[in-house]
Amino acid sequence: MSTTSPFALLANATSLPWADVPAWTVAEFVRRTAAELARGARLCAWFGVPDHDAVRLVAVLAFDADNTLAVGRSAPVTGSYPSLTVMNAQAHLFEREVWEQHALVPEGHPWLKPVRRSAGTAPANGDFFRVDGPEIHEVAVGPVHAGVIEPGHFRFQCAGEEVLHLEIALGYQHRGVEEALVGGPHLATMCQMETAAGDSTVAHATAHASVMEALAGTEAPLRAQWLRAVALELERLANHTGDLGALANDVAFLPTASACGKLRGDFLNLTALLCGNRFGRGLVRPGGCRFDLEPDRGARMRERLRPVLADTEQAAVWLWDAASVRARFENVGKVFARQAAEIGLVGLAARACGLVRDVRYDHPAGWHRFAQMPVAVWPDGDVFARARVRWLEIQRSGKFLEEQLAVPPEGGVRIEPGPLAGDTLAVALTEGWRGEVCHVALTDAGGRFRRYKIVDPSFHNWTGMVLALRGQAISDFPICNKSFNLSYCGFDL
Amino acid sequence: MFVLNTLAHRLRNGCQTMAYPDGPAPALPDRHGGALRVEAAKCAEGCRECVPVCPTQAITRPAGRAVSLDLGRCIFCAACVEACPAGAITQTGDHRMAGRRREDLVLGRPGDEQVRLAVALDGKLRRLFGRSLRLRQVSAGGCNACEADTNVLGTIGWDLGRFGIQFVASPRHADGLLVTGCVSRNMELALRKAYEAVPEPKIVIAVGACAIAGGPFVGHPQIREGASAVVPVDLFVPGCPPHPLTILDGLLRLLGRLEESAGK
Repeated sequence: MSTTSPFALLANATSLPWADVPAWTVAEFVRRTAAELARGARLCAWFGVPDHDAVRLVAVLAFDADNTLAVGRSAPVTGSYPSLTVMNAQAHLFEREVWEQHALVPEGHPWLKPVRRSAGTAPANGDFFRVDGPEIHEVAVGPVHAGVIEPGHFRFQCAGEEVLHLEIALGYQHRGVEEALVGGPHLATMCQMETAAGDSTVAHATAHASVMEALAGTEAPLRAQWLRAVALELERLANHTGDLGALANDVAFLPTASACGKLRGDFLNLTALLCGNRFGRGLVRPGGCRFDLEPDRGARMRERLRPVLADTEQAAVWLWDAASVRARFENVGKVFARQAAEIGLVGLAARACGLVRDVRYDHPAGWHRFAQMPVAVWPDGDVFARARVRWLEIQRSGKFLEEQLAVPPEGGVRIEPGPLAGDTLAVALTEGWRGEVCHVALTDAGGRFRRYKIVDPSFHNWTGMVLALRGQAISDFPICNKSFNLSYCGFDL
Repeated sequence: MFVLNTLAHRLRNGCQTMAYPDGPAPALPDRHGGALRVEAAKCAEGCRECVPVCPTQAITRPAGRAVSLDLGRCIFCAACVEACPAGAITQTGDHRMAGRRREDLVLGRPGDEQVRLAVALDGKLRRLFGRSLRLRQVSAGGCNACEADTNVLGTIGWDLGRFGIQFVASPRHADGLLVTGCVSRNMELALRKAYEAVPEPKIVIAVGACAIAGGPFVGHPQIREGASAVVPVDLFVPGCPPHPLTILDGLLRLLGRLEESAGK
């Protein structure tokens, strides 16, 4: 289907000259983007690029079934343009972001309000959607939450216990990551990429390194690509295991909660065995990896991995065997497949609604071109499904690691990537443990970043949380939230 | 047969909480490197190799002065260790690096080669908090890694509750705050409100490079460059993120719960 697309096609982790990206008048561009989305493309990114006194809009689309990405852009625009959200809901947050960053009004957008803009010492939240009625009450939660957790504000409209509507206002974690990248890469760029979302260090670092390598017209050594894949699955294992424990904890099921808390640390320690840091900081660099997994270290990792996987299996078996847990997970926080497709859910949350969506499978790059694993899908879209997909992925990532650690490719782990091409656009997607991490870089004539766009999976998925809460008891908010476990800082950047 | 299965598993695994601090501390990963040691005396005349490689501008060497490395800003990437031709900056492998004052983390001058480790709270506060400390965690513009490794202390392996330290769900229940993140401008008001809500006397602990000085985001207009910009801080725990052992060591030092003497 993509073959008939007027957009410029490119594979994951590749680049093309900015001049080769087709441009249309803004109305035509919005119409064509909507047409592609209507026939099954996904919106990976939608952002503005300053052009003299105006802004060009850019759309990055994914044709998952055809394993290809597509890019298009508008002619320079000022003031306003016809909203894409009206035709496709996937764009709703992107258009709010563009409005906030470039003062471009999407005409007809149903709910235009700030995403993360500051109003002095707090985010400019704007007005909240309110339900009126004599029995309606409003519950406000956050920004500071009860546990050790990132800040965000949740506003519930409730009729008694039932949540009619939840609105999420974020922005508290905004550190100005994207803005600082203009004119880069700088010395601090790599460590800012690693801390865009700290629990997805490897996913973001790999996406950034892939973009840099695509712009430099080079590829990291195979052994480095293999190492990145190993580290990415360790990251997935640690977080999925931690989440299963946290979900168990939220329904007061302590055996699995206690076991998984410790096991998560064991997985993090395996990442630290590789690079010294439990989150994988300092491992991935443009041109390869900073550390190698020598044969004896690899053997130690395999040895330590086996009992951790076995214990994780034991902890998961307790969870699935307990009817009291299943009763709390099933039919809670349901997102229907049609809704998921409509809002462009990604990652495990999408797969738990029965959507077959996995960057490692749809858009293989790096080591995933040579080593695949089955996509983990569950149809029900509830908390149970999201827990179940995690468990399937723990099993598959574990098996993948055992296979990969047994037969490492030969060679070095790092090369000098060389200078970046000028006036070029590069896109890289990685499948982080939450879902699709998307990095888009556009260079200026001198090969510096003119614009750098980061889309964390949470940017797509917070809306899924909103839908999951509709009609639920507000007391189920914690397990719904935990079942998605989205990033606040990845959204706020 | 779930009950028998769990009981058998429990008997087989026994108690999983580490012996530390009564026994040896768990080993840091060999590539972790631990705290840095900086010996300005070893620097060659006019050498500035380490200064430009630091991503967070933690190292300075003004003309004619000794090199100075601020471990509070450091994200432990070891680029300076690799760049130093004289071996003046080395990794100690030591997990202990929490200090009570900002200047305790500035390394380089003779006598200040390593972190001046935290001393315990003084009499009254130590009597109040020494055996029971309730903390409210405020995450303010971090990346969630410091939060994650603070959370780890609550798991069965570390069992922070052994020491009477606990995280509570309201500042009104708390003896102090544990702050992570560089304090984004968007969290400034919330952090201040949380601090004001904690009853006196209170303490503040800053965990991680961001909360100490802004970490990788130092210099961004969207942040306040650490907790000290908004609230008074009593303990600084360096790292990006700090290893759980480093955080625990800092907390225990602050409460005077470690046998060994503090200092260098």
